[in-house]
Amino acid sequence: MSDHEYVPKSKFGKWFNDRLPLLSLASHLTDYPTPKNLNYWWTFGGILTFCLITQIVTGLTLAMHYIAHADLAFESVEHIMRDVNYGWLIRYIHSNGASMFFLAVYIHIFRSLFYGSYKSPREIIWIIGIIIYLLMMAAAFMGYVLPWGQMSFWGATVITNLFSAIPLVGEGIVTWLWGGYSVDNPTLTRFFTLHYLIPFLILGLVVLHIWALHVPGNNNPVGIDVKKPSKDTVPFHPYIVIKDGFALLMFMIVFAFFVFYSPNILGHADNYIEANPMVTPAHIVPEWYLLPFYAILRSVPDKLMGVIAMLSAILILAALPWLDTSKIRSAVFRPLYKQFYWILVADVLILGYVGAMPAEGLYLLIARVATAYYFIHFLMILPILGFKEKTTPLPLSITEPVLGGAAMASAVKKKESLN
Amino acid sequence: MKNTFKIVYLIIFLLAGTIQINAAEKVEFLKTDWSFKGLTGKFDRGSLQRGYQVYTEVCSSCHSMKYVSYRNLAEPGGPEFTEDQAKTIAASFEVEDGPNSDGEMFTRPAKLSDKFVNPYENVKAAQAANGGAYPPDMSVLAKARSGGVDYIYSLLLGYEDPPSGVVLDDGVYYNKYMYGNNIKMSEPLTDDLIEYGDGTIASKEQMAKDVTTFLMWAAEPHLESRHKMGFKAILYLIILTILVYFSMKKIWSRIESEV
Amino acid sequence: MSEKKPERRDFLFTASYVVGAVGVGAVVWPLVDQMNPDASVKALASTEVDVSSVEPGKTITVLWRGKPVFIKRRTSEEIEEARAVKMEDLKDPQKDEDRAKNPEWLVMLGVCTHLGCVPLNDKGDYNGWFCPCHGSHYDTSGRIRKGPAPTNMEVPKYEFVNSNTIKIG
Repeated sequence: MSDHEYVPKSKFGKWFNDRLPLLSLASHLTDYPTPKNLNYWWTFGGILTFCLITQIVTGLTLAMHYIAHADLAFESVEHIMRDVNYGWLIRYIHSNGASMFFLAVYIHIFRSLFYGSYKSPREIIWIIGIIIYLLMMAAAFMGYVLPWGQMSFWGATVITNLFSAIPLVGEGIVTWLWGGYSVDNPTLTRFFTLHYLIPFLILGLVVLHIWALHVPGNNNPVGIDVKKPSKDTVPFHPYIVIKDGFALLMFMIVFAFFVFYSPNILGHADNYIEANPMVTPAHIVPEWYLLPFYAILRSVPDKLMGVIAMLSAILILAALPWLDTSKIRSAVFRPLYKQFYWILVADVLILGYVGAMPAEGLYLLIARVATAYYFIHFLMILPILGFKEKTTPLPLSITEPVLGGAAMASAVKKKESLN
Repeated sequence: MKNTFKIVYLIIFLLAGTIQINAAEKVEFLKTDWSFKGLTGKFDRGSLQRGYQVYTEVCSSCHSMKYVSYRNLAEPGGPEFTEDQAKTIAASFEVEDGPNSDGEMFTRPAKLSDKFVNPYENVKAAQAANGGAYPPDMSVLAKARSGGVDYIYSLLLGYEDPPSGVVLDDGVYYNKYMYGNNIKMSEPLTDDLIEYGDGTIASKEQMAKDVTTFLMWAAEPHLESRHKMGFKAILYLIILTILVYFSMKKIWSRIESEV
Repeated sequence: MSEKKPERRDFLFTASYVVGAVGVGAVVWPLVDQMNPDASVKALASTEVDVSSVEPGKTITVLWRGKPVFIKRRTSEEIEEARAVKMEDLKDPQKDEDRAKNPEWLVMLGVCTHLGCVPLNDKGDYNGWFCPCHGSHYDTSGRIRKGPAPTNMEVPKYEFVNSNTIKIG
């Protein structure tokens, strides 16, 4: 992993580093050669790390006051909002932070889809990413149950009931998940425990995700391999650190608008009603970031097939490096794929929209068409496109598209920039 | 091929349009100015105090507000009664306490640290007294209804005769804004129902506005701090963003070419 | 490396760091402060106690901030006994007058200053309290006379809001 021997400056540093090479690791990370043509879509990895830390820190401090018991949960959240010093602030950061986390992860994923970051040799990074995404959804789902509002309770009921679709053992699994005969206190307490645990699993996977990334190095907008280090790369610190910092600040401004001025706009009013097992809300809806999968689930009339469709929609992403047969990474040079990419984006947005609507009439029809299209994109369009598409020529190096051929020659002659 | 894509985009666009038309069949709420909306929104103290009066004299006989404490009435950002006024208000209510040294429960006047007293012992008692319908607790009601304060304000003023052909059960009333149009609460507000302590004319609209403002405070007692902090936070972030932006430009200028 | 004036470049970076640090501090404070007593705990910081039914010689125990408080209505003998004690005899010298402004009423935290047990009323060699955990004896003013406790039982802030009511805290 280390390309060069790092020698700590102080004697203590050397002594410590010989025993646990943390200083070498820090040096590797700061010097890490990063393609210099990364655009702002590449800043979302850093933003996601910020989101994870924010959720963990606010979650920890909330957990000091939250009571995971069906009779007290809702009240304890109100206690946090009203009595705990800055409780309202920490709670709103945590609830809106979840939405910001998913906003960032979707942008991050769609960046990878556009620029082919999932392609060889980055398949494992991509798959770890899918697992992180799955864990995020599990954590978010369980977190939403904790305030024990109407949506918490009924969302938990609907989603856990899905497991009953599994033949033979389904009912048993649901009872096992519930710890009872319906969603109730045992369900809540175990969801709290798991909700607390999962972010640390995610943290571990993020370490693996970055470690795996550092083997081939970052992809870049033109998708061609870059030697590291070279004149095509810059050291991560300070170039990428400052750029990620700038992007993060812009992200935080958006985050702040939600937290301070519209803290409940992304949520559902029904979750301010205490959970009532006798009364079902008129429309049970998950949080916005789960809506596309909810739409897919409901578009299939059969319960088991709906569950399989929903899971397949996520798992199919894991197969993406092999489904996309194109040798060219970046959509910049794949004009046909680019069009289908944007149609996929529209398709996912449409799925999200109909996921929030009642599953009937025109909405149901659209959901079905959009679901079918989603699978067609991955299972038919992508494999065929790899063979049929006429791609545009790749540049010779990453600086070439900007400077042009002649300038490339002069760039080679220019003095070495950084080391 | 390009034409095919153009057609596809057109279809998507039209679909989006049809969906919007279908969705816009909801009733528009009554509009009024809310002093607490907007980046620098604040509560109108007078309105909060009047709203508290409406809540106490009209609503509290059926609607609890169990997460609000009497001391909140004297805290900054709310009606801001003086501590003595809040103590007097609290003392006018009886709370159950105990057991005493004889093992019995007893009642005593409420203190600032007590929560608002519930009109009913429990939910079932509330339902029994109201024809099976539970008058919802009002602590977070303004956040628990889609449409929020506009919905509540409209509902309070939205009682009408049912349209022709519609027959209502006993104890059910027609309301233009209630989801489903049927509501088990009779019209709670009429002109001059109460006499405001500050002399404001207690029209139906005035009471509806004041009590709704009070409900918004009850749901979000820290709204003013939140707005104030938000203003500072976003201003701070903008300043830091500008500084970091120029730092970034400076650092990146060290390499000859930028892509 | 760069032809730009180093001072200006450094100022920009310094300014960014300083402004950034302010933000970090502003973020850290709420995370720390949330562990401080919250509003509902602070509201219970004082308790008012009705002492009209306490007979002379009797002690009641009330809960204040989660701890027991002894309120004793002393007889004149107990008061005299407390006042007669010489300061040299005390491990933690304190005049009775300083512990009980109104001599008839003794208000103190019923927590042994050794390791926190609750001493027993009307027990011990000094007619006051006796702590069974490690054998500390307190007198009629709640002062430590014998045993391992280092200081007298703590007198909290209190006042008579009227002749029948003591507000503690």
